[in-house]
Amino acid sequence: MSAPGEGSEIDGFRLGELIHVGSMASIYRLHGPEGPLPLIMKIPRLGAGERAVNVIGFEVCRMVLGALAQSIHYPTLVAYGDVETTPYLVMGYIEGARLNESLGRAPLPPQEIVHLGSALALALHELHRQDAVHLDLKPTNVLYRASGEAVLIDFGLAHHAHYPDLLAEELRFPVGNWVYMAPEQIFGVRADPRSDIYALGGILYELATGRPPFGRPRSVAALRQRLYRDPLPPRAIAPATPEWLQEIILRCLEVDARERYASAEQVALDLANPSGIAISARGAKLRRDPWWTRLRRRVHATHFEPAPCPPPSGRPPQAQIAVVALALRETDAQLREALLAAARRVIAADQDCRIACVTVVPPAATLNGEGDEFTATGRHIRRLVELRRWAKPLQLPEERLTCHVLESDKPAAALSDYARMNDVDQILIGASASTAGARRSGGACASIIAEAPCNVTVVRPRAED
Amino acid sequence: MKLALFADIHSNLEAFTACLDHAQALAADRFAFLGDMVGYGADPVAVLDLVEQHTLEGAVAVLGNHDAAALGRPVAQMNANARAAIAWTQAQLGERQRAFLQSLPLTARDDNMLFVHASAAAPERWTYVTDAADAEQSITAGNAHYLFCGHVHQPTLYYMGSGGRPMPFTPVPGVPIPTAAHRQWLAITGSTGQPRDGNNAACYAMFDTGRERLTYFRVPYAHGLAAQKIRAAGLPPRLALRLERGA
Repeated sequence: MSAPGEGSEIDGFRLGELIHVGSMASIYRLHGPEGPLPLIMKIPRLGAGERAVNVIGFEVCRMVLGALAQSIHYPTLVAYGDVETTPYLVMGYIEGARLNESLGRAPLPPQEIVHLGSALALALHELHRQDAVHLDLKPTNVLYRASGEAVLIDFGLAHHAHYPDLLAEELRFPVGNWVYMAPEQIFGVRADPRSDIYALGGILYELATGRPPFGRPRSVAALRQRLYRDPLPPRAIAPATPEWLQEIILRCLEVDARERYASAEQVALDLANPSGIAISARGAKLRRDPWWTRLRRRVHATHFEPAPCPPPSGRPPQAQIAVVALALRETDAQLREALLAAARRVIAADQDCRIACVTVVPPAATLNGEGDEFTATGRHIRRLVELRRWAKPLQLPEERLTCHVLESDKPAAALSDYARMNDVDQILIGASASTAGARRSGGACASIIAEAPCNVTVVRPRAED
Repeated sequence: MKLALFADIHSNLEAFTACLDHAQALAADRFAFLGDMVGYGADPVAVLDLVEQHTLEGAVAVLGNHDAAALGRPVAQMNANARAAIAWTQAQLGERQRAFLQSLPLTARDDNMLFVHASAAAPERWTYVTDAADAEQSITAGNAHYLFCGHVHQPTLYYMGSGGRPMPFTPVPGVPIPTAAHRQWLAITGSTGQPRDGNNAACYAMFDTGRERLTYFRVPYAHGLAAQKIRAAGLPPRLALRLERGA
């Protein structure tokens, strides 16, 4: 099968310049009659002598990207060709700088690491929220848009909980890049979103120190070192690294997935709020663990049991999900209190129920000004922090509370879609008692009541007597 | 073409009709019945007549072990409740239903699809496909891209992984799974009339041959009514309880 060249045509798509040649596929820009289109075509290399994993990678990419809801955090799949005849994937062209370009300047100042890291963590969270895991996170697979959001690319090794895993097998060679690979991935576990968090930790480490935590292993034995050998603490290599940053990095790099962050969103929140982090010995240490600890770990590593994967978002049929829709612009403290009380009642009625705090914001238009607070990521994180602050009095454990910021011009439609996608049982929404507030929120309330696929409870603050 | 697949209906008319309605609402064009239409439940005649009606319109149907037992053929591995239900079923069946069951083959092939009740490797032995080894034997013997079967009352999809061995996958109901024709697939659709995975909703599956997508469905139905009929018929009460529990 001869490789297509620039100018050739496949299924009506006209190939422009070859913009990238990877190990598994080649990427071409697509052209229309008037010039380049904002589309690219990825063609897997399937000639004689090419690895069989290229075919499967193509199928996996197609399956996973096709299953994900549209998002700014990964490419949109526009069209694809059949693997047996003419395999190709047409995706949206993403303008942005690859993360490995920033790495060239590492070690980076902490503020820049926070900026890059939290954007990447939010992108990962969006993926994990939809029961998918990337499993091949590395600097060449992350782009940053001009507006600051991170974009994940290359889903050829990804896993989606709703689909058969075409790459799962009795693995003899761990599949994926070895630099940022999580310990459980070495054992063939492919369903744990915390593996992506481990890779995120590896990337943060490299941004802070200029080198990856475990070098670039060339053999499986070298790869397995991360099972028992802790990395040199970042502060030993780059003394300017703050303790809180080291705490975050080393927590992401814990061998046991249960000791890492449970969600990428939490990593983003910690990066943006260092004052809230409890610094332990992990954050302060300047040396590797002593030899007897390493020896003990090495013995344990021979019986390494990957932690059980957290279950995908399918939940037992009895457990309810209640959405609390918060309008963060609404400053009525009594209304917020009333919503808290209503949420408490829901929790008291059902021991297993989950609460999702959701707010809808208009999509990021052009944001002016310098600094994190003006980037889309910065704004997103600020809103998440506010949601969490509201939810704190509920004292729910992490697995029963989630917070989401949805970007949409139509709050009612966005909430209804969210409710539909997540099988939500009820929505709690606040209606302000004040006339000004009622005018603002009344319209939204009515639309949500009309469009929601589930029960809607309108919460009003108690009137003052 | 949208093919609706039903396995292990087990004389459960309520579950069967609920799934048929669901499939019709999704514009199913063809139907396939993967055996064990009778046994355990209280409506063998109604179910068989309905299945026969579909076969007269082009549906595929194959014989299951409970069907064979109802015809008086020797079938091993039946517990006391199953045998009691079969004895009762035999007394209900008329000439027409017996003739219909007798006409059913053990396997049926259509293009790149194979239909069988238990396993394509020695179908008459009614082997349970419970792990990769069983799946591999069935897939190899079946020699088809899509092997649809029942007998195991739990929805599962086996697919040939990159290592050459079948891998099991527990499908999520309602999610269309891409099942490309260049791979081999073994789909156990789950039981319509007696689910055993802790969920008492009836199982069936829909295969979209044009898009090459397989979707598993769970359809809640009036299991209370079906259970009541079992008790009223004098069948072992445990069989009624199983419908309510889905186990």
